[in-house]
Amino acid sequence: MKVVVCIKQVPDTKGGVKFNPDGTLDRAAMMTIMNPDDKAGLEAALRLKDQYGAEVTVLTMGLPKAEDVLREAIAMGADKGVLVTDRVLGGADTWATSQTLAGALRNMEYDLIITGRQAIDGDTAQVGPQISEHLNIPVISYAQNLKIEGDSVIVERQFDDRYHVLKAKMPCLITALAELNEPRYMTPGGIFDACKAEITVWGRADLKDVEDSNLGLKGSPTQIAKASDKVRKGAGEKVTLDPAEAVDYIVGKLKEKHVI
Amino acid sequence: MNLEEYKGVYVFAQQVDNCINSIAFELIGKGKDLANDLGTEVTAVLVGSDVKGLADELAEYGADKVIVVDDPELKEYRTEPYAHALASVIQKYKPEIFLVGATAIGRDLGPRVSARIHTGLTADCTQLDIGDFPINPVPGKEQKHNQLLMTRPAFGGNTIATIACPDFRPQMATVRPGVMQKKEKKAGVKANVEEFNPGFTPDNKYVEILEVVKAVSDTVDIMDAKILVSGGRGMGSPENFKMLEDLADVLGGTVSCSRAVVDAGWKPKDLQVGQTGKTVRPNVYFAVGISGAIQHLAGMEESDIIIAINKDDTAPIFDVADFGLVGDLNKIVPALTEKLRAELADKN
Amino acid sequence: MDFTLRKEHEMARTLFKEFAEKEVKPLAQEVDETEEFPRETVAKMAKNGFLGIPIPKEYGGQGCDPLTYAMCVEELSKVCGTTGVIVSAHTSLCCDPIMTFGTEEQKQKYLVPLAKGEKLGAFGLTEPGAGTDAQGQQTKAVLEGDEYVINGSKIFITNGKEADVYVIFAVTGMIEKKGRKIKEISSFIVEKGTPGFSFGTKEKKMGIRGSSTYELIFTDCRVPKENLLGKVGQGFKIAMHTLDGGRIGIAAQALGIAEGALDRTIAYTKERKQFGKSIAAQQNTQFQLADMATKVQAAQLLVYKAAMAKATQKEYGFEAAQAKLYAAEVAMEVTTKAVQLHGGYGYTREYDVERMMRDAKITEIYEGTSEVQRMVISAALLK
Repeated sequence: MKVVVCIKQVPDTKGGVKFNPDGTLDRAAMMTIMNPDDKAGLEAALRLKDQYGAEVTVLTMGLPKAEDVLREAIAMGADKGVLVTDRVLGGADTWATSQTLAGALRNMEYDLIITGRQAIDGDTAQVGPQISEHLNIPVISYAQNLKIEGDSVIVERQFDDRYHVLKAKMPCLITALAELNEPRYMTPGGIFDACKAEITVWGRADLKDVEDSNLGLKGSPTQIAKASDKVRKGAGEKVTLDPAEAVDYIVGKLKEKHVI
Repeated sequence: MNLEEYKGVYVFAQQVDNCINSIAFELIGKGKDLANDLGTEVTAVLVGSDVKGLADELAEYGADKVIVVDDPELKEYRTEPYAHALASVIQKYKPEIFLVGATAIGRDLGPRVSARIHTGLTADCTQLDIGDFPINPVPGKEQKHNQLLMTRPAFGGNTIATIACPDFRPQMATVRPGVMQKKEKKAGVKANVEEFNPGFTPDNKYVEILEVVKAVSDTVDIMDAKILVSGGRGMGSPENFKMLEDLADVLGGTVSCSRAVVDAGWKPKDLQVGQTGKTVRPNVYFAVGISGAIQHLAGMEESDIIIAINKDDTAPIFDVADFGLVGDLNKIVPALTEKLRAELADKN
Repeated sequence: MDFTLRKEHEMARTLFKEFAEKEVKPLAQEVDETEEFPRETVAKMAKNGFLGIPIPKEYGGQGCDPLTYAMCVEELSKVCGTTGVIVSAHTSLCCDPIMTFGTEEQKQKYLVPLAKGEKLGAFGLTEPGAGTDAQGQQTKAVLEGDEYVINGSKIFITNGKEADVYVIFAVTGMIEKKGRKIKEISSFIVEKGTPGFSFGTKEKKMGIRGSSTYELIFTDCRVPKENLLGKVGQGFKIAMHTLDGGRIGIAAQALGIAEGALDRTIAYTKERKQFGKSIAAQQNTQFQLADMATKVQAAQLLVYKAAMAKATQKEYGFEAAQAKLYAAEVAMEVTTKAVQLHGGYGYTREYDVERMMRDAKITEIYEGTSEVQRMVISAALLK
């Protein structure tokens, strides 16, 4: 069984976001991490490796330094890494990104493709389902549980107030939630192996059945009109009072605002 | 693609178990505003099995027209037949704008549909406007008018971006539930219904539903609450949430919480406010023992009145609070509950 | 000469730091308060390969180098000195001598499960009358048939009651060296549960309070003669060689404690306001922090140099002694200053620096006191 996990290197928004003086994100000043949902997807794949001996390949698209995230995945236990990097692929929106990854996947063998539900830098949750559309395979998003039965996967798919137990014939794509599992750590020995591992690097020419008009900034239907640091509502009053005064203060405000 | 052929604002009227989700009415409400700006109409697309009877309700909230795709294959939500239904509607009716709720269903369905019809999709929008693109004229570039400008938070709520889709139609967006306002319901309005069935033939993309498990929940959805009493890590223990429940009871409110509380296992995820939880907009939001991480603020800062109680006077929650109290929540909250109980008893 | 770390060391540091922050730090205060050995943390470290970092893969280890191992101890000690010494004693004092001096059978039987973390290791050299002076050994081992019969006791043994495999030293006879009669010391591998092997009292310590420090008692304890480690009479050499490696581990522990105290102090002085401004705005604070950071950096260079020496040189006792001497004294100085800069709060158990100052002290004492390190260093200089 062959599993391909699509992963993304993202700025760690948890550690605080840094801005350039012009208001754009200072990506260089921010730590990068493996996107958490993707990491859960990788863990799910590694469990399939532990359980069924699946071969796990990680695929990413990005700048050459995105190679780091592939090595991290290999240090966790993935078998191979593929980096798709090319100037003409830059500035891609979700449409162009999913076209790129689908183009790479057409050159790979897979029974199962796993992506994270969404990346913490974009929060779009679009690339996974869009890849499945381009490859004409079924998608199950928000997987909370995953098992293999013959040539099918059985997945619990989370909704707001319910979950569906779904069965899809492979090949298929599932999107994983960070809540799916607790990803394993890298191992020290895995790190040493990962640093020696050969990473496959593909460019535009290695993508199969994709037109130039669907790639990069030029191939992106959506365009940014404006981007800015979020303007927050200003702070109101802040007071330090002992409990009795504090209570009177709040009750007074609730009355003033006609809440009570 | 001849962009001129595409007309009208369409919204996906999500239903589950033949009950229309509130997001459908919110989308119709926003769709009305956009349609007014464009001089066009709002059409709701209702997809399901035996759902025709729900069409009037959509009209009561303002839908000028309802397209009903009714087929037994559409009984429970599955990506494929639903994607086929919407893609077929778009191909036949050619809307210029298509809005979908950013619900679990919408965020699964939207990307699949946009990929099938080759258009852009902007996720999780919190604001929609009609305007020019580029916003300011750029020499050598055509400025297009009457474009849908879709605004959304990114980077965990740290930035906001406004996105346009100038060269493809429809302009598609998923919209965060709880953000747009629905129009007032006009009881008795009958829908202008058009039925459409593109035909459903199961193929490899159809998945099989083995089981549907509904989580039993008797709690009020925090997104519907008018008053929320929200607790964070500063509560110290799950037992201490009793204080918040008492306060919520007195005010007729509901208890919610921050992510830290869910991560600690003190409260279930459906009570979580924030970027990875729910966006809430109550009349009053009490933030008790919540420091106010940016991801939390993203989910509640639109609340009308924010009252924060925290012992740490540098907590970021005070930057958005209308009324901030630096002090010991263990003393203030029970005293406040008693005082309010007395006040409200006097009134009655 | 290039001071940038290799990619694998950068990644390993990220791993150790993440593990320390997520798994170790939340328990550090409790481990200190309750003086309970952090068994669950050790199990997690075992699962992630932290208990066999410098051991080759064919013996169940991770196949990394001594620098990676030192970084692991450093990062763990940044948040919890107890956890740091557990890994150090296991790896340097038990795995390493078996790796270096053990037979193939001993490696298969003991090293493989130790390196995989299935078993925990300890080292027993110190006795009530023999600490720094190894010639003061009283524990005896007498060969009877196919077994050595061990009698005596060992004190201050790290991982004492928690370990499964112990490297023990005992006197096996008297020999003449340069006309003087001296004790012939040999080394043995002893398993927990061997009849006649029991535990005495648990030490109540100033710091590293979660590490399980016990007395080991041997009363007619019989171990198979195959468990002799190295040759008869090689014990002193094994002990000294092992301690050279151990000192790198302790130096890394001291370094980590100093770094942890410095990090917390920087954060605290930025937050804490006195006379209307943060105490970080006071020049005294700034100069103190500058000195602390510079010494920590110097200690790190010595520790990493010693770790690299272990990887590339046959003898590395000199580098190890310098690293241990300096890092331990820096740890004591930096944690003391950290407490001072925290003021009254620094003296309370609510703040980590209080624990760190107590934890730091032992690094000047065990595996050779600072005085012993000076003897080792000066002996090499005056040779």
